[in-house]
Amino acid sequence: MRPNPPPFKSSQEIRVRSSRIGYTVTTMESRPTLFTNGKLIHPDRSRPREEELLVVDGRIAQCGTGLKGHAPRAKVIDLQGRYLSPGFIDIHVHFREPGQEHKETIATGAAAAAAGGFTTVCCMPNTHPALDDPAQIEFVLNQARRADLCRVLPFGAITKGREGKELAELRLMHEAGTVGFSDDGVGVGSAAVMNKAFQYVKMFDGLISQHCEEPTLSGGPMNAGLTANRLGLTGLPAAAEELMIARDLILNRAIGARYHVQHISTAGAVELVRQARANQQCVTAEVAPHHLLLTEEACAEYDTHTKMNPPLRTQADVDACIAGVVDGTIEVLATDHAPHAREEKEQEFDRAPFGIVGLETAFPLYLEALVRRKHISLPKMVALMTLNPARVIREENVGTLTVGGRADVTVFDPDEEWTIDPARFKSKSRNTPFAGRKVRGRIKMTMLEGRVVYQDGVESQVR
Amino acid sequence: MTEARYHWNRPHLLTLEELSADDIAALLDTARALKEVSTRSIKKVPALRGKVVVNLFFEDSTRTRTSFRLAAQRLSADVVDFAVSTSSVSKGESLADTARNIEAMGVDAMVIRHRSSGTPELLSRLVSCSVINAGDGSHEHPTQGLLDVFTIQESLQKTDRRISDIHCAIVGDIIHSRVARSNLWALTKLGAKVTLVGPSTMCPRSLEKLGVSVSHNLDEVLPHVDVINMLRVQFERLTSAAFPSLREYHHLFGLTEARLACCRPDVLVLHPGPMNRGLEITSAVADGPRAAILRQVTNGLAVRMAVLYLCVGAAATRG
Repeated sequence: MRPNPPPFKSSQEIRVRSSRIGYTVTTMESRPTLFTNGKLIHPDRSRPREEELLVVDGRIAQCGTGLKGHAPRAKVIDLQGRYLSPGFIDIHVHFREPGQEHKETIATGAAAAAAGGFTTVCCMPNTHPALDDPAQIEFVLNQARRADLCRVLPFGAITKGREGKELAELRLMHEAGTVGFSDDGVGVGSAAVMNKAFQYVKMFDGLISQHCEEPTLSGGPMNAGLTANRLGLTGLPAAAEELMIARDLILNRAIGARYHVQHISTAGAVELVRQARANQQCVTAEVAPHHLLLTEEACAEYDTHTKMNPPLRTQADVDACIAGVVDGTIEVLATDHAPHAREEKEQEFDRAPFGIVGLETAFPLYLEALVRRKHISLPKMVALMTLNPARVIREENVGTLTVGGRADVTVFDPDEEWTIDPARFKSKSRNTPFAGRKVRGRIKMTMLEGRVVYQDGVESQVR
Repeated sequence: MTEARYHWNRPHLLTLEELSADDIAALLDTARALKEVSTRSIKKVPALRGKVVVNLFFEDSTRTRTSFRLAAQRLSADVVDFAVSTSSVSKGESLADTARNIEAMGVDAMVIRHRSSGTPELLSRLVSCSVINAGDGSHEHPTQGLLDVFTIQESLQKTDRRISDIHCAIVGDIIHSRVARSNLWALTKLGAKVTLVGPSTMCPRSLEKLGVSVSHNLDEVLPHVDVINMLRVQFERLTSAAFPSLREYHHLFGLTEARLACCRPDVLVLHPGPMNRGLEITSAVADGPRAAILRQVTNGLAVRMAVLYLCVGAAATRG
């Protein structure tokens, strides 16, 4: 049984119990909202449609034309030709709470998510302490409810303390509201423990999301190869990632648990997943923007904003990841949003922590890497950021514009040019290698269950 | 080299990889001119009088720290030796804070030795004074590369050969050696032929893409080279043994008298020190007539004087 959430202070708020995620909350909208003059992107359709969208009581009530008559009291938002899509879903973020609130809190992370167009994010359990028991899961859900800017769904740790030794209370965490399990930050090194984890989660059809890195081959701060040799840095080889994926695929072949490969980054890894999918194995994969745009060469000046795990790889790996997105091997675009304080990144390259923030830059970067370079269409990219991740974590009623679904909506202008300025981030941290980059494509409004949680210059016209 | 138009304008010396052949030649020429100072009875010139040089050594060092200290003193600079064990670093102060605090006292150059590759680059972004790399992790040791080339050049003085006619073998743990990288860049930029020799775990074939040859067989290489630079086996940087035993390493890559007998009679033997006698080099070779190991140390002083003189001068000109 799931415990009841604490009572709400405001009588304006109502509780909406979800089938899987414990609960979320929304304020009662006193009036419906009608979006007009927009291009609606349905992730399951190849072309945007010039339609109106009516939101009533936090749900999508209607989609079509001439809706004004259906809701004469509605607040009208004139999109002025901009695009409207389902709210983005990022199944890989780090919100650092509990334990490292100086980097990010669930509240600041949720604000960053809203600013980036995300209405659902999944936070990883590598906090201090790790999210490895149901009380921790409830804590995260409560903090998310207090912030109330984005749906934050936690992953629980696969093993106690993320130590890779004993299984954590997977089923209890599942009942408390996790969407899946991961020891992210590290992979589960022991094949025996991983075998048990696959078998155990299969019992309730749980999801394993693996950080794929064979621990005995890890340790370096950048990709192994000539560039690392030239810079005098220890390498983190592609083989470390590929070995763990291959091992997991072999272990899981007979078990058939839901298996997701996090932040895929090497050509060999993409090929492993492609072959497994061809063999009807249950596996999905995600990629992060930096692995589609940057190579190991970016590390040449020892800028710690180019230090992440998995590391930036070679151009051949970047090309393979893009090919994987194009042919459907990689069906989820994530960010691996990993905030770190300035003083932590302003260190010696091998001492600085891994990771960069991603929520507030993902949309224009994915547009650049995938749509502008004509690898995939805009609606397909939106599907990889909405419908597909919703399917991986089995969240119903999000990731689409289906009537009756949650009114999570993102409005964007794919052509607006701007310069990435970390000083303006809502995130508590500013660690990005993309500072100063001129990009195109900007989030104009984010709506969570009928409420506007982020707005950049879209005037609502009340008629 | 168009000497008339050449002008050194670098405030830092971070790597030899980023230098041009002209830059390296300018450093070596300056070192040659300054070497004479050390032979005077009063070993001092006023070139850096009133300037402050700080030695920031985050890693143990005998010869490099002493050499930089003497080099700065012979140029009349004030020198502060910063010892990590007695500093706030041992209280957990970050490099950035340490550097900014020291800079706030008014210094003209920081000479940094650090166990992490790339730290001099980081330091050069944190402070506005000159930054001189005295060895960073497994990356570079620019003044060692320069003094090795200087020593080779000196040995060629009485011949009609130049650096570009030379074939040099660098032998040992190439992957973990900052000396190897700095030598590689200096030698190849000046046109020398370089062969890297070592076990395949420490000397991968991929290094050939840097414009050098790679061999795992010392005996095949020795008869063809003019210079042998024997690297120290760095136990402190080996995360796990990259070779099975010391005697197997010595058997394959140790420079012995027997191996020396297979070399050209005028071969020059270098070693950056400190030596593991009996491992990568036997005492008979190290103390024998072909070794230039102490001349390297002497030349190191001149090279470091040249580096300080040119970099601090360039920083002052920039204002």
